[in-house]
This record gives sequence, structure tokens and C-alpha cells, in this order.
Amino acid sequence: MNRERFSQWIALLRPGDFLTLGAATMVCVLSMLMLWRGGAPDKVVIRAGGEIFAEAGLSRSQVIEVPGPLGLTRIEIEPGRARVASDPGPRQYCVRQGWLTRSGAAAICAPNEVSLMLGGGASDYDSLNY
Amino acid sequence: MTPSTIEIRPTADDGRIARLAAAAIVLSVAEAAIPLPLPGVKPGLANIVILIVLMRWGWRDAVWVALLRVFAGSLLLGQFFAPGFFLSLAGQTASLIMLGLAMHLPTRWFGPVTLSILAAFAHIGGQLALARVWLVPHDGIFYLVPVFALAATIFGLVNGLVAGRLLKELAPPERDAGAAAVP
Repeated sequence: MNRERFSQWIALLRPGDFLTLGAATMVCVLSMLMLWRGGAPDKVVIRAGGEIFAEAGLSRSQVIEVPGPLGLTRIEIEPGRARVASDPGPRQYCVRQGWLTRSGAAAICAPNEVSLMLGGGASDYDSLNY
Repeated sequence: MTPSTIEIRPTADDGRIARLAAAAIVLSVAEAAIPLPLPGVKPGLANIVILIVLMRWGWRDAVWVALLRVFAGSLLLGQFFAPGFFLSLAGQTASLIMLGLAMHLPTRWFGPVTLSILAAFAHIGGQLALARVWLVPHDGIFYLVPVFALAATIFGLVNGLVAGRLLKELAPPERDAGAAAVP
């Protein structure tokens, strides 16, 4: 298509049409950002003392026991979710977080140096530091 | 055979609406042959005709043409009273209501492209609302909203441009331009 014919089409647009077009594009982008954020997680990464201790899929139920300086941290995995079932730490923050279901979600048992993180899908966070 | 006592004389209006509806039906049948990746994402070429009718002859005629298109088009495609028919009817009704409101926008600022995009969004809105309530009673259906919104933007723009172009090139309203509405 040469430039003259292209400008013929552009001439059909009135000022308000550009406004409508812009609003429509905004709706597209916003709906993408709002509805396509995050995703279903598909794997669990368990770290102990900063090293990766285990990586497991989120498709079947299992219990993983992770040794740390204070004792055993018990991690429970069920289809689509995971949690820290018990931890020897004094304040139990990671246990009280309950089930993690979103990609990128993490539970950290700092005293026992164990962390649990869901991965896969599109995660909500690029990285977490502690 | 005894001659019928009731005589129906089609007025010039009836003839024009029938011709325009035929044009819209042809476009929706032709469009059904285009393979598309997702059910529900369609160019909606018949809306070009409906836009032209709206801008030239008014909302009442547009409603006639649009509803005739939905009913006759689904009869021809063999989906009369199938879910697709109700989705189409819901979308068309929503977009007609939207057009009825949007046609009062100042024409100096807003042309056929605005009407077309608004109608396309109303169309998917009506379809999604019915689908959510009746066919897929789960919020998962809204996962597809961005795809539908993108399709509505693109096809709304293209259809609006084509309708604007045809309105420009069509004969003035005094002459019957129904036949010329199909390029």
C-alpha cells in the first residue's frame, strides 16, 4: 500500500476516534496485566542452608523432611500446593503461613535455615532476597 | 386456489431492509468459512453493513437488519437455537444498545470507527456475560477477556474504517444504495 492510499484511510478517523482507539488499547493492556498475572505453580524448590536441598513436582502428594541446625523441618506437598507442616524454630512463622498456592510464593524458616518456594508458571516476583 | 384475502404490500422500506439484511447475512455466512483459532473470535464483517445502515437510515433500521442477520444467518449455518445462536443474539443485542447510545455522540468528533469499536466491545461483553451465566459458570472464562478485547479493538477498527470508506463512496441517501453496500 502506498502512502497516499494509507493517508486516505487515516483521513476517515476523526479526533475522538483516536481517543476511542486509545481507550480500547488500554482496556486490552490492562485486562492482560490484571487477568494474566501469575500462573499456576508446577514445582517446589526446597533450600537448606542456602543450598538447593530438593526440587519436586506439585502433581502428587508427598512429605519431605529437611534437616537443619535445629532439627527436622517437615514439608508437605499436595497437588497444586505446599506448606511447612512443622518446624523446630521458636516463632513458627513459616508454619503459620499455611498452604502456598501461587507461583513465586515462599515460606522461610530462618532459624532452621530452610526455605520453601513455589516455581513455574509466570511468577509474581522476579526474585526474593533475605 | 382461492385468492388470499390478505394482501401484504411490501413498502420501499421493507425492500431496502431486506436487501441490506441479505448483504449482512452473506457476510456472516462467508465469515463462517474462515478458520479461526478460538471460538468467539470473529471479524464480524456483517457489522460493516449494520454500521452503514445505522449511520444512513437510523437505529430502527439497524435493529431490523441486525436481528434478521442473527436469525437468518443461524438458520443458514444450521445453528438455530444452538448455544452459538444465543451467544450471537446476546452479543448483537448488547451491541445494538451500545450503538443506540453511541450514535448520539457528536459526529464532528466521533466517526464510524468509534461506533464500530464500541459495538465490538459491547458484542463481546454481551457474549461473555451470557457465557458466564449459562455455558461456563466459572470465572475461568474471564481468562480469555484480553484475547477478545484485542480482537474487538482490531476488528472494530478495520470494520469501522471499511464502513466509513463505503459511506463516503456510496450514492447519496436519496438513491437506494442497498445493492452497493456489498463491494
